[in-house]
Amino acid sequence: MTTAVPAPPTAMPALRVEGVSKSFGALEVLRGIDLEVAEHEVIALIGASGSGKSTLLRCINLLEPVDEGRILIGGEEITARRVNVDRIRRRVGIVFQSFNLFPHMRVIDNVTLAPRHVAKRPKAEAEADAMRLLERFGLADKASQLPDRLSGGQQQRVAIVRALAMQPDLLLLDEVTSALDPELVAEVLSVIRELAAGGMTMLLATHEMGFARDIASRVCFLDAGRILEQGPPAQIFAEPREARTRQFLNRIIEAGRL
Amino acid sequence: MTALGGPDRPDRGGLAGLPGSRARRRREERASALRSTLVALVSTVVVFGAIAFVAVSSPGWSAVQASFLDGSIFASSLPDIASAFLVNIELFLVSEALILVLALLLAVARSSTAPVLFPVRLMATIYVDVFRALPGVLVIYILGFGIPGLNLPGVPTDPFPYAVFALTLIYSAYVSEVYRAGIASVHPSQAAAARSLGLTQAQALRHVVLPQAIRRVVPPLLNDFIGLQKDTVLVSYIGVVEIFRQSQIIEAANFNFTPYLAVALVFLVVTIPLARLTDWLIAREARRGLGGSGRSAQAANALSRGGQAAP
Ligand SMILES: Nc1ncnc2c1ncn2[C@@H]1O[C@H](COP(=O)(O)OP(=O)(O)OP(=O)(O)O)[C@@H](O)[C@H]1O
Ligand SMILES: [Mg+2]
Repeated sequence: MTTAVPAPPTAMPALRVEGVSKSFGALEVLRGIDLEVAEHEVIALIGASGSGKSTLLRCINLLEPVDEGRILIGGEEITARRVNVDRIRRRVGIVFQSFNLFPHMRVIDNVTLAPRHVAKRPKAEAEADAMRLLERFGLADKASQLPDRLSGGQQQRVAIVRALAMQPDLLLLDEVTSALDPELVAEVLSVIRELAAGGMTMLLATHEMGFARDIASRVCFLDAGRILEQGPPAQIFAEPREARTRQFLNRIIEAGRL
Repeated sequence: MTALGGPDRPDRGGLAGLPGSRARRRREERASALRSTLVALVSTVVVFGAIAFVAVSSPGWSAVQASFLDGSIFASSLPDIASAFLVNIELFLVSEALILVLALLLAVARSSTAPVLFPVRLMATIYVDVFRALPGVLVIYILGFGIPGLNLPGVPTDPFPYAVFALTLIYSAYVSEVYRAGIASVHPSQAAAARSLGLTQAQALRHVVLPQAIRRVVPPLLNDFIGLQKDTVLVSYIGVVEIFRQSQIIEAANFNFTPYLAVALVFLVVTIPLARLTDWLIAREARRGLGGSGRSAQAANALSRGGQAAP
């Protein structure tokens, strides 16, 4: 219908957020966010509780409509009117803090649900692919279990596999280790590390500053709905320019999390 | 301070370790359980005995006995009554199948959030309100006598379809509310997770929300089944010869009410096991639900979050 926007294969950011604002009633949660993520980049979103990290991720996945601004994925505007929301969502995977596995389905069915019913792939093929993914993340023996038989770390890894099964161009991770017991955090972080090494483009909200420093190509500090400061982890963590960033990091250090 | 609730509480903590005292306590517990059972037994016998005595010693007892407790009429009416009950079973099964489908459609319609579906929501709401407000017998009368009364060509004259129609309309209103509560009890994050994977709203409903919702409402659904099973006798008013109608026919032929006792017996035999099963399922669900989370009323917008993003 409209003139298609052919995406030039080079120099097109995987994700581009332009002046995105979002309010819940009178509460302004996002106030003009600008962000560009190149392919294979790993961006860590840090910031105090309530600064809008989750909301930004939910907007990028179209789980929340934005009030103002545009979001483009691979050059295609996903916030345009009459865009096919479900088609966009296939290209963007999201993993939540609380896993949100489907409790009535076995692990393998959790993973193959979208490949079968959204990508319309034959069952056997979807299951074979799912098994390969589960195997890769050490979950093959859990394939026919119900989620509530798994530990938190295993559940979260299944949730990551479930998102990966749709082969998204971009993976959003919202504090995926916050609900886990400390001894289970490492197994999930190592999965993410492996994904980063494999070139997956990721945007992750996290309170794990050490992890952000290790893995992120860039760190964005979110403060009251704005990206106050961004840069390579070495710079943000060692010599933050903004006083608010310093304050935030000092509190984190006091809490013993950096 | 440290002793509070600690392992070294003075009361019986040390004694319990001795085998002799443990055995004694077990003996005492057994004795007390036995006492409770005896008390329950005696009080039951006394209460029911008193009721029976009052009934039997009442001045009208022999008349009641003759007209309600005639053994030979009971025996001779039972086969006809049992075979008439097959009609109730048929009514029940056909209506129930239709109810489960219609009620689900109503519940899904009422749980929808898309603005374009407002008229559908409104109609479903009006439907549920109207059929919960009307006495069932009234609906059965209006449909069973009203529609054939129109004398339209091709409209059946047999009362059975009207009976099924009426029962379906009445019960769908109730059952849809049960479904709706189930849908609302599934946390919105489930629909959000499904939508985030690219499932359409309908697919999220079909594969993620409804299977969980329906599993949770099986016990209350069974409760409504019990109600429906009994209410199948109401359609005797429009001339369906089912168990109650049949017993009326026998009563009229014998001038004796004993057939009703046979009807009562049939319902007790069929319904009580179903009631026990329902209670058992509810208890099991309650045990399971103890660790459950996110079943709060705010979940009533089960689908709204997933829906907001849709253009
Ligand atoms: N659906 C909603 N309705 C109303 N307010 C909301 C909603 N979602 C989030 N908020 C509010 O928006 C603000 C930002 O929330 P958000 O979850 O994005 O913060 P966050 O940075 O992810 O915080 P945290 O580190 O605690 O996860 C909070 O004040 C929150 O209460
Ligand atoms: Mg958050």
